[in-house]
Amino acid sequence: MNNRKQILTPDEMRRALVRIAHEIDERNGGLQNVILVGIPRRGVPLAERIAATIADFEGVLLPVGQLDITLYRDDLRRRGMAEVGKTSIQHDLTAKVVVLVDDVLYTGRTVRAALDAIADLGRPDCIQLAVLIDRGHRELPIRADFVGKNVPTSRSEHVMVHLREIDGEDEVVIERTKAEQ
Amino acid sequence: MSRRHMIDLDQISAEEIEEILVTTDSMKEVLSREIKQVPALRGRTVVNMFFEESTRTRISFELAARALSANIVNFTARGSSVEKGESLIDTVRTLQALGADMVVIRHSQSGAPYLVAQHFHGPVINAGDGRHAHPSQALLDLFTIRERLGQLAGLKVVIVGDILHSRVARSDIWGLTRMGAHVTLCAPPTLLGPSHYWLATWPGISISHRLDAALEGADVVMALRIQKERMQGGLLPSLREYSRHYGLTPERLARLGEHTLIMHPGPMNEGVEISPEAATAPNSVIEAQVTNGVAVRMALLYRLGG
Repeated sequence: MNNRKQILTPDEMRRALVRIAHEIDERNGGLQNVILVGIPRRGVPLAERIAATIADFEGVLLPVGQLDITLYRDDLRRRGMAEVGKTSIQHDLTAKVVVLVDDVLYTGRTVRAALDAIADLGRPDCIQLAVLIDRGHRELPIRADFVGKNVPTSRSEHVMVHLREIDGEDEVVIERTKAEQ
Repeated sequence: MSRRHMIDLDQISAEEIEEILVTTDSMKEVLSREIKQVPALRGRTVVNMFFEESTRTRISFELAARALSANIVNFTARGSSVEKGESLIDTVRTLQALGADMVVIRHSQSGAPYLVAQHFHGPVINAGDGRHAHPSQALLDLFTIRERLGQLAGLKVVIVGDILHSRVARSDIWGLTRMGAHVTLCAPPTLLGPSHYWLATWPGISISHRLDAALEGADVVMALRIQKERMQGGLLPSLREYSRHYGLTPERLARLGEHTLIMHPGPMNEGVEISPEAATAPNSVIEAQVTNGVAVRMALLYRLGG
């Protein structure tokens, strides 16, 4: 399988998340009013891990929510209806600092949908974006505030994040589609 | 996700019902927000075609379409060209030419939605046709039961009342049996018709003519409306006698366990099939049925609207 390449080992993933946790802490000194919001599926366990890490070194357990963006997607018409996931945010987002968490930042369209969804849920003071992988190819003027790893890719490649909570193991791999081999 | 229409639950699998109920749960969360609207169906036009009067179903579909940001147009037969003799097919073609993307239809003629589906380019949702089917009502019943009792499989559900004329009963039986619930039909023989008719289609169901016996061990009791407009003399001796034998009276309410859910698809004839005490009892979920109806219809519009 030489079309499959590991780009993050479990240890590297852990270190990247610890660094992101510290950066979130540093940027938002005191962590007042910060809420982590994961985008399903894999953004949610990532947000929980970041919260647990921050709790370890700051003793503050940040609230974690999850935001399903399916009903806000701009490609519903083109690609047909996708299954809707759960949104569960126990806190009013107004006047909070929302840190959106997702696994991969690619075209930026998911984040665009998430920004619209958040606007319907409240009026945060500030929205920041944390991603484990930034693979480039943005189609919208969106950038991440916290990045685990920047990975140059071609559009024909797939970046797959595996998390032990969902996939049973931690790793990030990059795969080339058959046509490119 | 490949279904085009929602006309009856007879062809629907347990897996698909499960998916619809899960989508409904997400839609309910949307309705709990301060801004109860998402852009999923922005730019789509839904036509509510109601050839029969209705309050809750029509408004429920309207609110559901609006919550998904669709445009919704209400069409009622009264005051339309139907009164000039325009046929159902011509009406549908006209609505299509005017730009309708989806049709929700309520009609007194069983099977009318199938005819509409043949002549319309988009999805058709049946909002009740004659005695045949009322799938969105059955789905909201399934959702409400599961929301309260946590499951459907293995439950004993008693449907009591005018089953003969009831599209709600037919759709509920399809949905409940498919999800593994045990259904008991209870009605006077004149409002049920021959038992073999029911057993031929649903061999697993039970049939009873005595409500008190039928209610033994029931997890859910669903009272149906006595449809005065469909009663051709002779089916019932009197409404009072019906109420004594088949109504959810205060005495029967007292004998039911506190955990037996009381349901009614509405509109209710209070004092006939259900007493005001039963309708407002703590174990009545009649209002929840109405509320959940919007979320279920959002799920249907969303899943078909792609």
